[in-house]
Amino acid sequence: MNEPIYSASAKHENFDCLVRGLWKENPVLVSLLGCCPTLAVSNSVINAVSMGLATTFVLICSSALISMLRRFIPKEVRIGTFIVIIATFVTVADYLIQAISLEIHKALGAFLALIVVNCIILGRAEAFASKNTIAKSILDAIGSGIGFTLAIVCMGTIREILGNGSFAGIDLFGPSFEPWVIMILPCGGFFIFGTLMLGANIVNTRQRAKAKLGA
Amino acid sequence: MEEREKGTSSLVMIRTLAGISALSGLLIVVAVQATTPTIKLNKAEMLKKSVFEVLPGISSFQTFKLEDDRLILLQGEDEKAVKLFIGYDQDHALKGIAVEASGQGFADVIRVLYGYDPSKQAVIAMKVLESKETPGLGDKIYTDANFAENFKALDVKLDSSHTHLANPIEVVKHGEKQNPWQIDAITGATISSKAVGKLLNQSAQEKLPIIVKNMDTLQGGGR
Repeated sequence: MNEPIYSASAKHENFDCLVRGLWKENPVLVSLLGCCPTLAVSNSVINAVSMGLATTFVLICSSALISMLRRFIPKEVRIGTFIVIIATFVTVADYLIQAISLEIHKALGAFLALIVVNCIILGRAEAFASKNTIAKSILDAIGSGIGFTLAIVCMGTIREILGNGSFAGIDLFGPSFEPWVIMILPCGGFFIFGTLMLGANIVNTRQRAKAKLGA
Repeated sequence: MEEREKGTSSLVMIRTLAGISALSGLLIVVAVQATTPTIKLNKAEMLKKSVFEVLPGISSFQTFKLEDDRLILLQGEDEKAVKLFIGYDQDHALKGIAVEASGQGFADVIRVLYGYDPSKQAVIAMKVLESKETPGLGDKIYTDANFAENFKALDVKLDSSHTHLANPIEVVKHGEKQNPWQIDAITGATISSKAVGKLLNQSAQEKLPIIVKNMDTLQGGGR
């Protein structure tokens, strides 16, 4: 009686783990998690990409380890254990980034250490990795990580183009362009964040309405 | 009895936490060991680039180490030595001296490199090498162009005895700068601005008299 559940829908389920973080449950635009780095480090594309990749790295490694050890972690000490594991991978990421580029390390500044308290990571650890297999947890982490990276890079692109007239440091419009400095400043971040959330909400609401009509 | 059986024993909890901590320690040690050589190289490369930035117009530089009150040309590596970087132009004439300074900021230690021009007796540029100041506020010490203006001609003349600065470097409220030895603070980042002023003053008071005393050694490029 039990066997067909996994064998028949396993592939579909794994695929769902991977893609739901990209849009349907995008951690930034839909769940509104990890807003602090999203607003602070999205003032340029390079910073956004670096932050996205660093967070994804920590997310994948911590999800894999937490899922691996899930049977040995008593529920009373699970949050403490998760935080220790996450902090470990953040430290590892910190050293790796220093080895890759000191400039990026300087640009990410205090936000690199603050990945420890990024709700996306603890959220996925508590809600998913501590209850699912390693493979599924890794797929879920990849999906959420890419979803976070896409959102932050999207914001970084808009803010850098409008606020600095460039993309990843490459000048786009020449000297005649007057940059909207406000886009680089925090208020520009809030404005773009709000606009993107509005867009994501409109699309999702329409999709839900269509699905209802179809049903 | 049932309650007790359901709960996890303290021993298991301690064992789990200890195990996870040991694993974490191991992972971090491996990461540190693997990346330290590359990070050292990166830091040396960045320092070299920064020397050219704070001493514009130089074509080469030599590293001297400070011993008591003498400056000695540094051969090879010496991590513990207090170093000064002496910049020369194409004709091997001394153009300026880059000095490293550090001090406690708002969040952590701020490390800077500043360029000193002996002919003008002034600091001509300053670059923050390391800082963990609050993003958006304290980090303006290296992102704010107006703050950087302070260090394009910051007066650090020595007094007649050549042992102290004639006018100590001081940080004043934004918009109240009147003298060339004053630093115009950043609004909203007073602690970080003051920290930079304090560490520059300390370093200048300590190192500039020695530099001036050893100017003859430096002129010849240590030859």
